[in-house]
Amino acid sequence: MTIISMRNVSKFFGDFQALKDVSLDVAFGERLVVCGPSGSGKSTLIRCINRLEAHEQGEIIVDGTTLTDKADDLDKIRGTVGMVFQQFNLFPHLTVLENLCLGPRRVLGLSDADARARAMDYLERVQIPDQADKFPRQLSGGQQQRVAIARSLCMEPRILLFDEPTSALDPEMIAEVLDVMTELASSGMTMIVVTHEMGFARRVADRMVFMDKGEIVEIGAPEDVFTAPKSKRFAKFIKQILNH
Amino acid sequence: MKRILILASALFLLTGCSNNWGWYVVDPTTTSGWNNLKFMASGAYYTIIMSLSAICISVIVGLLVALPGLSDKRGWRMFNRTYVEIVRAVPILVLILWVYYGLPALSGITLNVFWAGVLALALSDSAFQAEIFRAGIQSIARGQYEAAQSISLNYRDTMRYVILPQAIRRILPALGNQLVYMLKMSSLVSVIGLQELTRKANELVVSEYRPLEIYTILVLEYLVLILIVSAGVRWLERRMKASDT
Repeated sequence: MTIISMRNVSKFFGDFQALKDVSLDVAFGERLVVCGPSGSGKSTLIRCINRLEAHEQGEIIVDGTTLTDKADDLDKIRGTVGMVFQQFNLFPHLTVLENLCLGPRRVLGLSDADARARAMDYLERVQIPDQADKFPRQLSGGQQQRVAIARSLCMEPRILLFDEPTSALDPEMIAEVLDVMTELASSGMTMIVVTHEMGFARRVADRMVFMDKGEIVEIGAPEDVFTAPKSKRFAKFIKQILNH
Repeated sequence: MKRILILASALFLLTGCSNNWGWYVVDPTTTSGWNNLKFMASGAYYTIIMSLSAICISVIVGLLVALPGLSDKRGWRMFNRTYVEIVRAVPILVLILWVYYGLPALSGITLNVFWAGVLALALSDSAFQAEIFRAGIQSIARGQYEAAQSISLNYRDTMRYVILPQAIRRILPALGNQLVYMLKMSSLVSVIGLQELTRKANELVVSEYRPLEIYTILVLEYLVLILIVSAGVRWLERRMKASDT
């Protein structure tokens, strides 16, 4: 079953074309890892899926809803799609628990007690229930990113987008975030992850997408694309990334 | 405290150096002096109530004017620019006179001196508040909006729970400045006859003929009010910072 369908999507920033005629189908429960050099359009690709960016051409259908500017549709999409950012984007003036409860209370209409109970559940799941009453700045980067993941999960999305979730982290904290993501992947969540963590991609991804200059250059199961890359550009890219 | 002591001693020196001073008018040890002081201090009521009412209104109006200024729709931004440019261009004294004498003729609504003063002060200040809010909101990183969007918060909730609480912390010193400014500008409302600090001082000068002493006391009255406000704002800033860490 297809949950995300992109047809000939193009996106421009002024004269710069960030996405060139991109088509992609993602199946329900699929784990997709997107990689590529910086400026290749991989972040733009996933930001179009929850309409943080509006595409100019083509069609994006998420869980049966075609993405347009209509407010009702937008609400529906954003209720279905969660997102985890490179810079965490936690709300600095709220405690961890308040960060988690805000959406469930204001958007889903949960009572205080229910929202709190749900938030604590997900904090357990990302293994930091003891940090519930702290403010984001009191946590390490890895902990902050796990809170951000829990915040997305509290909305119970069907799809979770990750925009370079470990790129802003110190090396020793990357593992704890990847562990949480691996656990999530095994629970059947549909995930699209933009990352350079090739080890994670190999372990978790159903399919790899390699983008360059706004196009999908290569797509396939990790074992296939890693062992026998079809394009020169991707071959060069994995060589650089694995050597560094 | 130290500042007050220095000022007091400076005043004492002035009294000692010159026989032109006639502090008897405000000498608290005499009955008439004490009564004069009480008369002057009683103006503080209107100065404070009027400034506080005006700042409350101007903060709300300022915010309501600032939000369209941040819209991506040109028409809304034009509204914001027009309001700010026009209101900012009117001298506050002129605005007070216009609201008190002009508005009733135009609209048939007659305001008493107090509300005319509040309205004029609030209107004038709202243009500055709008600019302060706009800058404060613009200083919040884009990622905060995106995070709010990603959990489906609507515009109102995004502003109320995510953006404004952070923006207000940042603009608190500027808001404090505006309150100080407001207290000082409220002295202009004396021209339409409101019995605030400056008006009381003027009336006393007319009956006692001791402008030097009376206006010196007036200066001190404003100084005390404003030092209290400054201390209050600093306390609030510290408290908000403390709740962050």
